[in-house]
Amino acid sequence: MEIETLKTLLAEHPFVSGLDNRYIDLMVGCATNVRFQAGEYIFREGGNADQFYLLRHGRAAIEIYAAERGSITLMTVGQGEMVGWSWLFPPYRWLFDARALELTRAIALDGKCLRRKCEEDHELGFDLIKRIVQVLEQRLQATRLQLLNLYDVRPQPAEAR
Amino acid sequence: MTTNPMVPDPWRVQRVRRDTADTFTMELESADGKHPLPFSPGQFNMLYLFGVGEVPISISGDPAKPGTLVHTTREVGTVTRAMRKLKPSDCLGVRGPFGVGWPVVEARGADVVIVAGGIGLAPLRPALYQLLAARNYYGKVVLLYGTRTPADILFRKELQNWHSRFDLEVHVTVDRAMGTWRGNVGVVTTLIPRAPFDPHSTVAMVCGPEVMMRFTVQELEKRGVAVENIYLSMERNMKCAAGFCGHCQYGPTFICKDGPVFRYDRLQPLMTVREV
Repeated sequence: MEIETLKTLLAEHPFVSGLDNRYIDLMVGCATNVRFQAGEYIFREGGNADQFYLLRHGRAAIEIYAAERGSITLMTVGQGEMVGWSWLFPPYRWLFDARALELTRAIALDGKCLRRKCEEDHELGFDLIKRIVQVLEQRLQATRLQLLNLYDVRPQPAEAR
Repeated sequence: MTTNPMVPDPWRVQRVRRDTADTFTMELESADGKHPLPFSPGQFNMLYLFGVGEVPISISGDPAKPGTLVHTTREVGTVTRAMRKLKPSDCLGVRGPFGVGWPVVEARGADVVIVAGGIGLAPLRPALYQLLAARNYYGKVVLLYGTRTPADILFRKELQNWHSRFDLEVHVTVDRAMGTWRGNVGVVTTLIPRAPFDPHSTVAMVCGPEVMMRFTVQELEKRGVAVENIYLSMERNMKCAAGFCGHCQYGPTFICKDGPVFRYDRLQPLMTVREV
């Protein structure tokens, strides 16, 4: 019953939208339902990146800590988004902090378990990697725009001087 | 429209209010206090500071209150810096209103998503006033607003009021945040994938820096919004505002006369041509 519920939750998440049913079954075996209170860390820089998260509800901040400036928020993510890809690449350590900004519910996927399943079934691996790369592409695009400091460039459409 | 589009009418400053470190809002009334200036959301006026110069500034006030002209602008040059120093009862020349505005009436029956970047919220505010005044005619109304930092957020109190409404979805994001900010961080385009609107029945109104608008259009198209339902407000160097001088020519169009608001399919072939 619990697995069925988890499968339904997983299947409803935009990250796995359209994924073959048998792969969702495979992923459910690596999934758990988790929740974080506001202010609670989902993961911290330097920790073992053994999971990633599909947010179902709430919002989280991706942060980096600088001694002279404190925690700096790089971006926020919310319902329907994915958090964490360090589980994919050695040495499997988080590069940033992720912290819940409000009560956040998510599906946690065990990275090690999923890596093993992807190695065993390359079709699953390829499909999953394509989805992750799409997220990376969106984040890269957003970061580039952030770096442009767009709002410093030109003021408002009808205002010239 | 002022009596002669090339001759400014005198208007008096009622109030000048600082919105952020580099933006301010001016409220004006006609010199005799009796001549309202009806306008459509998205239109602009030419404001003439005598002895200094004339600039095009979009109208940021409520179209239902044409007796008071409201303009929000950024201090970016000689004229706007001098305008910032105006005091109540000082006089300004006004020509206008000019241009084609937002398709607020045409959007009836559809969801409306407004995407504003930085001071681009100012020319969209009249559209929002009009949408909210006839709220029952629309499906979902969503405002996505992005700006540089929390300190650069325009119309902060109004945004809070809008946020508390049940019939309006407001999402604000900043590019950079420190300290106590608990809102969204990231560029405004990141709000589009999860915004609650039906892409197949949505009219999008977008205003902000041109690069931001290009990427916003891409995200809207990814969501499935048809290009003919996307409207952008363009900026070019406007002088006469009546399509005579050619300063604001953009391909086959004049921004002042044919815009500043354009349907995106009209702009699409031009936006990637660097020489235009």
